[in-house]
Amino acid sequence: MINYVWLVPFFPLCGVIVNGLVGVRFPRRIVGPIACAAIGLSFLLSCGIMIQLIGLPVEERSVERIVFTWLQSGSLKVNAGFLVDPLSVVMMVVVSGVSFLIHIYSIGYMWDNEYGAPGYRRFFVYLNLFVMFMLILVSANNFLMMFIGWEGVGLCSYLLIGFEHLRKAATNAGNKAFIVNRVGDFGFLLAMMLIFAVFGSLDFSTVFTEAPHKLAVGAAIPTVITLLLFVGATGKSAQIPLYVWLPDAMEGPTPVSALIHAATMVTAGVYMVSRASTLFLMAPISMEVVAVIGAATAVFAASIGLVQNDIKRVLAYSTISQLGYMFLACGVGAFAAGIFHLMTHAFFKACLFLCAGSVMHAMSGELDMRKMGGLKDHLPATYWTYLVSTLAIAGIFPFSGFFSKDEILWETLTSSHGSAILWAVGAIGALMTAFYMFRSVYMTFYGEERFHHHNIHPHHEIPVMTRILVVLAVLATFGGLVGLPIIEGGNKIGEFLHPVVSGHGLPAVEEGKHFPHSMEFLFMLISLAVAGCGIYVAYRMYRVDPQLPERAAGRFPGLYRMLYTKYKVDEAYNVLFVNPLKGLSNFFWRVFDTVIIDRLGVEGSAFLVRGFGAVLRHIQTGYVQNYALSIVLGVVIILGIYFLNH
Amino acid sequence: MIELPFALALSAVIFVIGMVGVFIRRNAIVVFMCIELMLNAVNLAFVALARQLNTLDGQVFVFFVMTVAAAEVAVGLAIIVALFRNRETLNIDEFNLMKW
Repeated sequence: MINYVWLVPFFPLCGVIVNGLVGVRFPRRIVGPIACAAIGLSFLLSCGIMIQLIGLPVEERSVERIVFTWLQSGSLKVNAGFLVDPLSVVMMVVVSGVSFLIHIYSIGYMWDNEYGAPGYRRFFVYLNLFVMFMLILVSANNFLMMFIGWEGVGLCSYLLIGFEHLRKAATNAGNKAFIVNRVGDFGFLLAMMLIFAVFGSLDFSTVFTEAPHKLAVGAAIPTVITLLLFVGATGKSAQIPLYVWLPDAMEGPTPVSALIHAATMVTAGVYMVSRASTLFLMAPISMEVVAVIGAATAVFAASIGLVQNDIKRVLAYSTISQLGYMFLACGVGAFAAGIFHLMTHAFFKACLFLCAGSVMHAMSGELDMRKMGGLKDHLPATYWTYLVSTLAIAGIFPFSGFFSKDEILWETLTSSHGSAILWAVGAIGALMTAFYMFRSVYMTFYGEERFHHHNIHPHHEIPVMTRILVVLAVLATFGGLVGLPIIEGGNKIGEFLHPVVSGHGLPAVEEGKHFPHSMEFLFMLISLAVAGCGIYVAYRMYRVDPQLPERAAGRFPGLYRMLYTKYKVDEAYNVLFVNPLKGLSNFFWRVFDTVIIDRLGVEGSAFLVRGFGAVLRHIQTGYVQNYALSIVLGVVIILGIYFLNH
Repeated sequence: MIELPFALALSAVIFVIGMVGVFIRRNAIVVFMCIELMLNAVNLAFVALARQLNTLDGQVFVFFVMTVAAAEVAVGLAIIVALFRNRETLNIDEFNLMKW
């Protein structure tokens, strides 16, 4: 089955071709199942490949399958190749699995969209296209193919965010996402060029096995390469400073937010950093940068999420924050923990977004939590699954988020690349996460019903949607069991991923102090206590005494305003980058294009030609005899020249 | 015997007279006659040189020139008749539609 790994992205491609090109007239009830089936097949195949891989002995768990040579130019040879190893297989299964669930959900959610059946078809075509590119990204065996997937998911993100293409806010958000991504991609491209210049190849196997021999740990070259790669990751995975597109991306339909901006595309950066772990482990400075930015982003985004009123915005900032945790893990060398959190986050964040979609659907598109309340009894399935996922993201035992987040925090504290300060920052972030997530729970589902009864009647939930919510909630509950700490052999996912992310052939990291299990247990309790505090504060503020938030905001108006307006980062970027570029474009249009090219160039040349013509036309007198005279004159001149030369 | 320089000089003079006539005269038919003059001057030059070089090539070429002249006159006069029918005049100063 590993031999057929190329089918994994090929099935969604078939979905695109069938739905997009062949089935232009297919009705909605055919388009949906075709798209879902394509992803379903990919998922089954990925699972099969994973099982087959597990069956192999550990040393052989890195298989490449090259389908054809894509380009060969001078010394650059790039194959269309697939890499099957623990890291790629985990990503394939998670991506295809969560995508499959979200496709099914979308069958119900997008049925009544504003663009009708053509819009429905377009949505599923784009969604399948996205999954194809994402699968290419995670299964590629060289940087260039990964970059194809990288760019492709950026494109599909643009297409899907701007799905409601007649709505200006949506198209602006799509543009913003693509353009900001592009800035990051520039870093990725530079990194690739540098890698090629140093190693002569872009294949993972070549680069990662030769790196320890060719470069010194801590040298400039691996540092520069990894920093540039990380710039690409900040763009794709919405870290500081390139995170600004993700909150705006909530303009897209909710399944898009769930799939692309929670579970899959934004995790591409984490995957890429983990894949290049060998290079990162050789550049301690870069690891530091990654960890610091990850931690900073985690807290920064969480702080903004504390005061947002749009439920999708809260979840968006939460995503940025959790991605920060994943990068924090990578930055301290715990790449496996980062991927573990990626997986659990995919489950509970997708569930949270889809629940938000269910709420929006019931509330006729209302997003503002201040206009919700008391939905617990109207939307029971949504409530329970949202609650479960919230417990997961807050890191409460025994839900999945507890294990992955706790693992990250523990590694941050104890790893040789980590520090207590980073741990403290992470813990503060966890407190805020628990707080704002439970704030959203209380504001949406509890309390008095604040929506206008005569306008909105919460409909019942749609079964095709709630069933998916339940599946995801189950995954969010039990998904953590593959990474149990302390218990010997409990950290299955860590062991599985270890060979890929521990640096091939690097001198073994000196074993730091071995920390006793009791200390690990203690810090687990501390994490739980921190989360518990967050929940308690939310409880006091949004359940017991609903006036408390307003009073708190009134006491710290400046701080509140700063958080509410997202630290004015978008405005700052507008002033620093967007407006100057617009000014430059304006200049090029008005001065360069209109005056210099149009007036001087085009009209100017016409003027010159006309001028010459006005003078030269007097030669044409219309008298034949004048013409005869000119013939004779020509002959005389030629003869004259002839005789003069001889 | 007529010396070559005299024959060639005569040919040149007749040619120039014809050329000037083409430039100056206004009646289309007169212009045509001047063109014939030029052609015959060239014929004279050919014959004189043939006699000088004792070959027949020049004389044969005169046949060609005369034939061409005849055909050309036929066509040219037909054009002039058509012009006259259109414009009622043969004054070539009047035919200046190609003026800018």
